[in-house]
Amino acid sequence: MLAEEQIPGALQACRGTFKRDLLLAMRRSGDIVNPLVFALIVVTLFPLGIGPEKSTLTAIAPGLVWVVALLACLLSVDRVFRDDYLDGTLQQMLLSPQPSYFLVLAKVTVHWLVSGLAVTLVAPLLALMLSLAGGGYLPLLVSLLLGTVSLSMIGAIGAALTVGLKRGGVLVALIVLPLYVPVLIFGAGAVEAGCQGLPYSGHLAILAALTLMALVLAPLAIGGALRINMDD
Amino acid sequence: MAFRWPQFFHKLGSPRWFYRIGGLWLPWLAGIAACFLVIGAIWGLAFAPEDFKQGNSYRIIFVHVPSAFIALAGYYVMATAGAISLIWKMKLADIALKCAAPIGAAMTVLALISGATWGKPTWGTWWVWDARNTSMLVLLFLYLGIYALYNAFEREEQAARICAVLALVGTVNIPIIYKSVDWWFTLHQPATIKLTEPTTMHASMWQPLLLMIVGFYVLYTTLLIERIRVEILVRERRTRWVQDIVLASGA
Amino acid sequence: MSEPLLEVRALGCERDHRRLFENISFAASAGEVVQLAGPNGSGKTTLLRFLAGISQAFEGEILWRGRDINAAAIDYRGQMLFLGHAPAVTLNLTALENLQWYFALNQQVSRASLCAALADVGLAGYEEVPAYRMSAGQQRRIALARLRVSQVPLWILDEPFTAIDRAGVVELEGLLAEHAARGGMVILTTHHPLNLDTPYRRIELEGANAG
Repeated sequence: MLAEEQIPGALQACRGTFKRDLLLAMRRSGDIVNPLVFALIVVTLFPLGIGPEKSTLTAIAPGLVWVVALLACLLSVDRVFRDDYLDGTLQQMLLSPQPSYFLVLAKVTVHWLVSGLAVTLVAPLLALMLSLAGGGYLPLLVSLLLGTVSLSMIGAIGAALTVGLKRGGVLVALIVLPLYVPVLIFGAGAVEAGCQGLPYSGHLAILAALTLMALVLAPLAIGGALRINMDD
Repeated sequence: MAFRWPQFFHKLGSPRWFYRIGGLWLPWLAGIAACFLVIGAIWGLAFAPEDFKQGNSYRIIFVHVPSAFIALAGYYVMATAGAISLIWKMKLADIALKCAAPIGAAMTVLALISGATWGKPTWGTWWVWDARNTSMLVLLFLYLGIYALYNAFEREEQAARICAVLALVGTVNIPIIYKSVDWWFTLHQPATIKLTEPTTMHASMWQPLLLMIVGFYVLYTTLLIERIRVEILVRERRTRWVQDIVLASGA
Repeated sequence: MSEPLLEVRALGCERDHRRLFENISFAASAGEVVQLAGPNGSGKTTLLRFLAGISQAFEGEILWRGRDINAAAIDYRGQMLFLGHAPAVTLNLTALENLQWYFALNQQVSRASLCAALADVGLAGYEEVPAYRMSAGQQRRIALARLRVSQVPLWILDEPFTAIDRAGVVELEGLLAEHAARGGMVILTTHHPLNLDTPYRRIELEGANAG
C-alpha cells in the first residue's frame, strides 16, 4: 500500500501542472493569438470612430491602451478552468492530496504567460498606433507586466465562480470588470504620468502591491469557488 | 463536518425561529424607522438653515448621504452573511445574503439618483465623474454582479455559497476601489468642480442628517427582515408550520 | 475480519425536497469489494460522491480509519482514488502525458512503470498518441491504467465498465480481485453483473421514496 513518502511534494505537483497546462496552451496556439488580434482590431476602431487627429489620439492613448489590454486579457480568462472542469481533470486535481492553492497558482501563471505577458509584449505596437507620447512606453511595459498578473488572478476568480455554468462568458465580464478598476487606475495613471514627464514609480509601487495581494489572496478564493462548483 | 453549535447560534440558524422573532420585532422597527425618517425629513427640509453657497439644493444630502452609507454597509452585511454561510453552512445566512443584495442595490441606485439630482443645480449637469459618484457606480456594478451570478445557478444552496465567495472578494476590494477612485479624482479634478460637499457643517444641519442616517439604518433592517421572512415562507412552503400559517391567514 | 477501514453512519441526503436515501450505514474492511446497486436515480452516484469527499451535502458521518473524511481531507485524498463519469482524460494530451500529470499529483512513479501500465491495459504503442485520436474505450483505458500503478488502498469507481470491451471487463474484474487480495478496498457502482473470484458485498439502494 501507499507509503507517505511516495506522495509527491507540492513543488513537484506544481511543476507537473505547470508543464501540463503550458503544453496544452502551446497546442492551442490560436487561443493565444486571437486576443492579440482582437486588441489590434479594437485599437484600429478608435481612430475610425473619433478621427485620426494625432493630438486627440495622443491624449487618450494611455488610458486606451490599458483598457484594450485589459479587455484582451478578459477575453480568454473564461477558459482557464472550463475544459478541465468538463473532462473531469479539475475534479481529479481537487481530489489529489495536494493543496489546491499551489496548483491553482500554477494554472493561473500559465494563463498569464499566454495572455497577460503576450498582451504586454504587443502593447508597444498598440501604443504606436495611437501615437503615445515617447515617455509613456517604459511605464506602459512595466505597468502592464505588473498589472496583468492581477488581471489574470482576479479574472480567474470570475472563471472559477462560473465554471459550473453552461454559459459563463458575459457573466464573467460582469463580475470581474468592476474589480479591475484599481488596477486600471494605477496602470493608466503610470502611463499618463510618464507621458507628461512626471515620476511614476509611486504608481508602479502601488500596482506591485496590488499584484502581490492578488497573488496571495486570489488562489484562496479560486480554490474555494472551484470546490463549491465541483459539488453540483 | 460535524459541528456542535451553541444553543443560540443553533436557534438563530433555524428559519422557523427567525420567522417568529422577526415577526415580533418588525412592527417596532418599522415604527422607529418611520419616526426617525419623518422627524428627520421635516427638520432637514423645513427647519434646517439654507446653505450659503448652495442654497436649498444641498438638502438632497438628507437622502443622499444616508442612502450612500447604507449602500456600502449593505454590501458588508451581505458579505458577513456570506462568510457565515461558508463557515457554518447556516441556511438562514444563505437567505440573508440573497435578500440583502437587492436592498443594497436599491440603496445604491437611490444614492446615485440623489447624487445626480444634487449635481444638476450645483454643477449644471446630471452626471459628473466625481469620486463619490464613480465609487457608487462601481458599487452598483458589484451588486449587479452578485445578483446576476446568484440567478445563474439553479440550486439555491450552491448559488449562495458561490455568491458568498464573490461578496468576500468584493469586501477586500471595496476599500481599494474607493481609495483608488479618490486618488484618481484628485488627479483629474477639473477646475470647475472644486466644490464637493460642505466640509464644515453647522450643527443645525448635521443633527437632522444624523436622524436620517439612523432612520435609514433601521429602515434597512426592517426591509431586510421582512424580505428574509418572505423568502423563508417560500423555501419552507412544504413544511407543516408554513402550511399552518398559510391556512390560518387564508381562511 | 480486521478493523473496518471505512465506516458510514446514518447517511442521509435530501435533494430538491425529495429524500434520495436515508439512514445508510455500513462498514467495510481491508480486502472487501462493495458494490452499490439500485435503479437509476436511487442515488448511487451521489453516495459515491459523498464517499469521495466531492460533496458534503449529507447528514450522517463518513469515517476513514476512524476519522471524518472531510475533517482530515488531505490525508484521506492521499489514500483514495476516484474514477467518475468524466474520466479526466485530456484529449489534447497523449496517453503518457495524461498519466504523468495524474501521478505528479498523486504518487511518485517512474516513466517506465507508466509505460508498462499502458501496455497492461492494451495501449502499448499508444504512449505518444494524443487521446483525441483514440476511441472512447481506449480513452477509458487510459484512466484505468491509473489503477495499475496506484498504490492507494481505497478505490471508488463510478461505472468503471462503461465503454470497455468484453476482454477489458474481464481484465478489470481481475484487477479488482487482485486489489482486494492485496488488502485494498473497492467501492463501485455498476449495472454489469460482477464476476469476481473473491466474494463481494452488495448494498441495495431502494430509491424513489418520495415524501
